[in-house]
Amino acid sequence: MSEHSATPARRFDPGAILLTILTLIAAFIWFFPIYWGLVTSFRFDDETVTDFSLIPTNPTLKNYIFTIQNSDLPIWYLNSTITSVGVTVLVLLMSACTGYAISQLQFPGRKALWWMILASFMVPVSALIVNHFIIIADVKLLNSHLGIILPMLIAPVTVIIYKQFFDGLPRDFREAAVMDGATEFQLLFRIFLPMNWGITTALAIITFIGAWNSFLWPFLATQDEKMMTVTVGISAVQDAYGVAYGRLLAGAVLAGLPVSLAYLFFQRRVTQAITLTAGIKG
Amino acid sequence: MLRNRRTELLTAFVLVAPFLAVYGWLFLYPTFQMIEMTFLKAPLIGEGKWAGFANYAKMFRDPVMRIAVLNTAYFVLLTVIPGTIVALSIALMVRRLKGFMQSLILAAFFLPYVLPVTVVYVLWDWMTNLQFGMLQGPIALIAGEPTNIWRTTGWFMPGAAILTIWWTNGFSILLFLAGLRNIPAELYEAAELDGATRWQMFTRVTFPLLWPVTVLCLTIQLILQLKIFDQVYLFAQGGQTRATMVMVQYIYEQAFQKNNGGYSATIALALFVIVLAFSLFQFQVLRVRSVK
Repeated sequence: MSEHSATPARRFDPGAILLTILTLIAAFIWFFPIYWGLVTSFRFDDETVTDFSLIPTNPTLKNYIFTIQNSDLPIWYLNSTITSVGVTVLVLLMSACTGYAISQLQFPGRKALWWMILASFMVPVSALIVNHFIIIADVKLLNSHLGIILPMLIAPVTVIIYKQFFDGLPRDFREAAVMDGATEFQLLFRIFLPMNWGITTALAIITFIGAWNSFLWPFLATQDEKMMTVTVGISAVQDAYGVAYGRLLAGAVLAGLPVSLAYLFFQRRVTQAITLTAGIKG
Repeated sequence: MLRNRRTELLTAFVLVAPFLAVYGWLFLYPTFQMIEMTFLKAPLIGEGKWAGFANYAKMFRDPVMRIAVLNTAYFVLLTVIPGTIVALSIALMVRRLKGFMQSLILAAFFLPYVLPVTVVYVLWDWMTNLQFGMLQGPIALIAGEPTNIWRTTGWFMPGAAILTIWWTNGFSILLFLAGLRNIPAELYEAAELDGATRWQMFTRVTFPLLWPVTVLCLTIQLILQLKIFDQVYLFAQGGQTRATMVMVQYIYEQAFQKNNGGYSATIALALFVIVLAFSLFQFQVLRVRSVK
């Protein structure tokens, strides 16, 4: 028996080496559009259509400086930051509170609320865009940060995840804390949430990325160029540049930078958030 | 004890109130408003006139609606199953790697998922540029000559599908990796002892155990891709949009370009019902999994 269990993995295995090489080639091809966009954004205008080397021969920041100075990109950045942070904070606060109440407290309508949340999880919010537009126009919030934020607060998944997380915590904690005279708010913010900041971090990152990237609603809600988010803005101005791909790509790189960095720094949290949203325990 | 009960009720109310307010105002109310609008002949903003089932009758006869439904279905067909197969292959490749190498390669495959759609649009517009795009080589090989794929009907949907798989596949890759991690290593050791080949291990061990995750990926993708709009809108703008019309785009066109509020709500309700039907199916799948 013991001879057999000696693992054969160390043996020379041409199949394994071939698979690894194929993996590297596939990863290179997959990443290439991003890489090629990056490289082109560092080239001079005339070079973008003459120089096709993989590494820019004369790297320049000209496109970036031009884009920052001659477009509304800095304002769009500010708009995106305000709306994305706003959505993230509000969604997490509302979801944690609601999830906590449904999980830990007894109140009439609790079951009905839970079923409504589960049901709304199945409904496509993109079918409601026309009515969102009517409602937000009605309260005169088109072309405002709040108007961009409001319809994005419909996030049943985070409530569901919080509720399930609170359900999984041991009952004794709560009973002991209640004996000591802690209020429900202290329970939620001092005991329950701190027990696993990881979940909150993961949900915050994925909510932020989603808000930063959302296109359809901010696109409808902003006609005024000064109120656009980066995601909407960079597609709105492309005609103004003509075929200056270097500048377009510099704007695209800047628009994608915060979310890319959020992913690269918090790779494991993003993975956690995605497996949580899909209902798999990773 | 009674006092406690009252404070509990009050706290529950305070905790739930903001959520309920937002939900009532921006989810329940617009849903009912949408249904009401389907019975009106109404502009986007302003009073409408009762129209009975006229919008529904129009929708079932509308040739553009037909195109939009067929294109949406075609897009779903081109993305859902192919995308899931690609994601599974990538997950299998990534899983074999270790440590830093694995994180690096996974990042290369996953990064597109976190990018905004407009960034994806600019990147691919450059890659497929008629004169200078790096992809014109392969395109010319298939089409016989360099082609502007976003202005050529036969190319548009397959092009949008490939781009979408590239963009959204990271989600499925992560789900497959999580699923793969849950397969006990002993099963592979046992299979190896029995002299199983790599292919046999995949078909007899990996794939059957991954089947629930595969179904999950397929349904999530299906529901996501039914709502296709952004990519198609961005690549079709400035050109002929009718041939490549998809459902959400038709809602948008009727509401914001033609000012037909009532009719656009009717199309929206159709999409709503279709997505809901598939979501109920997904919910059943998830329930079966969690019961197990």
